[in-house]
Amino acid sequence: MSSNRQAGETSRLRAPLFFAIMAALILLEGFTSGWNSALGILNMGLLSAIMALGVNMQWGYAGLFNAGAMGFLALGGLAPVLISMPPTPGAFSGGGPGIMAAFFVAIVAVLAAVWIWRNLRGKTRGLAVTAVLIVGFFTYRWLFDPAVEVIEAINPSAQGNLGGLGLPTLISWPVGAVLAAGAAWLVGKTALGLRSDYLAIATLGIAEIIVAILKNEQWLDRGVLNVNGIPRPWPVPYEIDLQNSPDFVAQMQSWGFDPQLGSTIVVKLAFLVLFVIVILALIWLTEMSLKSPWGRMMRAIRDNEISAAAMGKNVTRRHLQIFVLGSAVIGLAGAMMISLDGQMTPTSYNPLRYTFLILVMVIVGGSGNNWGSILGGVLIWYVWVKAGDWGPDIMGALAAPFPDGGFKDHLIQSAPHMRMLVMGIILLMVLRFSPRGLLPEK
Amino acid sequence: MELINALVAVTNYVIIPATAYGAQLALGALGVTLIYSILRFSNFAHGDTMAFGTGVVILITWGFQAMGISFGPLPTALLALPFGIVITSALMLGTDKVVYQYYRKVRAAPVVMVMVSVGVMFVMNALTRFLIGVDQINFDDGTRFVINARQWRDMTGLSEPLTLRSTQVITVVTAIITVAALFWFLGKTRTGKSMRAFSDNEDLALLSGIDPNKVVAVTWIITGALATIAGTLYGLDKSFKAFTYFQLLLPIFASAIVGGIGNPVGAIAGGFVISFSEVGLTYAWKKVATYLIPNWEPDGLVQLLSTDYKYAVSFTILILVLIFKPTGLFKGKIV
Repeated sequence: MSSNRQAGETSRLRAPLFFAIMAALILLEGFTSGWNSALGILNMGLLSAIMALGVNMQWGYAGLFNAGAMGFLALGGLAPVLISMPPTPGAFSGGGPGIMAAFFVAIVAVLAAVWIWRNLRGKTRGLAVTAVLIVGFFTYRWLFDPAVEVIEAINPSAQGNLGGLGLPTLISWPVGAVLAAGAAWLVGKTALGLRSDYLAIATLGIAEIIVAILKNEQWLDRGVLNVNGIPRPWPVPYEIDLQNSPDFVAQMQSWGFDPQLGSTIVVKLAFLVLFVIVILALIWLTEMSLKSPWGRMMRAIRDNEISAAAMGKNVTRRHLQIFVLGSAVIGLAGAMMISLDGQMTPTSYNPLRYTFLILVMVIVGGSGNNWGSILGGVLIWYVWVKAGDWGPDIMGALAAPFPDGGFKDHLIQSAPHMRMLVMGIILLMVLRFSPRGLLPEK
Repeated sequence: MELINALVAVTNYVIIPATAYGAQLALGALGVTLIYSILRFSNFAHGDTMAFGTGVVILITWGFQAMGISFGPLPTALLALPFGIVITSALMLGTDKVVYQYYRKVRAAPVVMVMVSVGVMFVMNALTRFLIGVDQINFDDGTRFVINARQWRDMTGLSEPLTLRSTQVITVVTAIITVAALFWFLGKTRTGKSMRAFSDNEDLALLSGIDPNKVVAVTWIITGALATIAGTLYGLDKSFKAFTYFQLLLPIFASAIVGGIGNPVGAIAGGFVISFSEVGLTYAWKKVATYLIPNWEPDGLVQLLSTDYKYAVSFTILILVLIFKPTGLFKGKIV
């Protein structure tokens, strides 16, 4: 795809038609299963669309295969925990200096190792680097371990972590983007410029490591104990406040709505508005930058790296730039997702859902087309959710002719795995028969 | 005495488990490397291929057990293995016909092939889950131990226990037989030689009249066999769980790249480098340290990294190799 992408003529009605179908599906869900369910799918679909926008910047506009979206997403999710949670009393004064000293030692050791590697020659070079790293590691652990013990000992049933800064949640969203961008810079610096598959494998690895860190470093985010009650972003109200507000209840009743149901829908609508604002801003920014000389250069590099390099473009540097930017968008989505959920559950990060499903969204939507990513994000998320609902029905119909017993039970029990099959087949079909996706790049 | 106890502890907790795990990784990495050198892409579906093959072997094992067939002291799964290999290889050939063939014909970029293998990964993942579910399954039967802790104590009188599980011995023996067979095939047979020629220089191989379709088909059959063997050995040694096999993808890729991707000898060496580093860095050395240094009782476990970071070890080694020796320890191909 990255090698033979030609702009073709497509109908101008194509995009509006697909978006109309998407809207109809959401409306249908609203009328059949309730507006809570429809808005829930739409909100998560839009978040997935933001993740897809990030992956699309990397895959669609630069041909970089990031197989670690999950890691950048999870890292972005750390931001609301660190920024908007209330501080844990005594944690920072108790363990903060030790942890900061430990990280300082780690950074100094790595920089010293790099300096030695660059400036020494001969046999001593390897030995000196190894020695510096080993000494650095043990000093780091010597400073780090006691500090962690102090922090984890503070009220472990509810806290036991560093706590946050108590700042508004909206601030944590760009911070999530910055965290992800930092990690992406480190990965990109080492893995870009190598063979294309290697970036995929390296990102696969970093994603596993980031999630492992979030699961195990209790001092940071309580690990598998999860952080609950992350504050909502600014204009989004809490259901309980709405239900206790006489004005709101009266208003709902005058429209003939159940105030309890009404409050959940208002909250979801408020999130929806925020998400739409972020998406429109992102699309505006990306479209503007793609129309600029910078965007033309990016596409030139994607379409033919060798000739772009021959014309004096620094391909690796541009790749690093777009890789960092795309990952930042994924990190932003991660922070937004955690504030939508209101909790951080590191165990819920699954590569099939948060890495590979997003790739499916980008490719189905049309790689290289931002609107395609939005369409793919919402549409594929809808299919993913609904395949879980339809799976048992389809399986029940398939299993009906078989006699009751182990085999039939087995078929019905494995129905939830239908969504994997559906996604795999959709991806393979699109790659084979319509590699430019539903909304091809213009 | 203390020195011997320390050696026994290291053998028991590091050398034996790492050797078994290394053999499993090596077989997995051989499959990845073969696909890479003949078909020229990194196959993301390999972990799920292993899971599928193992799932088939487990089903056949259960069938044998129900019929009352057993393999004496050895696990019944070894009897089921050939059948599993045939079915998995057939699935590989079918996948190639339906999916990959087209992309070879249009000469798609490697990164597109990788993306296609992600699609195959989803489908294989679903097939495995339909076949056998997501639960953890233990399917080793037969004799459990070659040496257990009590036999060891009676034999040697040492206080430090040593156990050698039969699955560990079976893993290593099967891996040696498999690798020997593979190298004999690649080095001595006509088809094997044409595969090597194809991998070295595709155009030259085509000019000299090698049938590319045959080379590709044989590659998929061998990959199916290697994946099934590796998966079954891993499942016998630890246990079978569909998702764990997906996670094996990282150490397997790391093994292949560390050894030098496209190089079979490198894949084996890489497997052991990764396994020994993983086990060594996440083992709690406290016991060994207490044996070796008299009158010293360490406060902590003397563990360099917590066990949960074992993927971090493979990843770090991978990154170091990519930076300092991009073609791997043995000279691999880099395109």
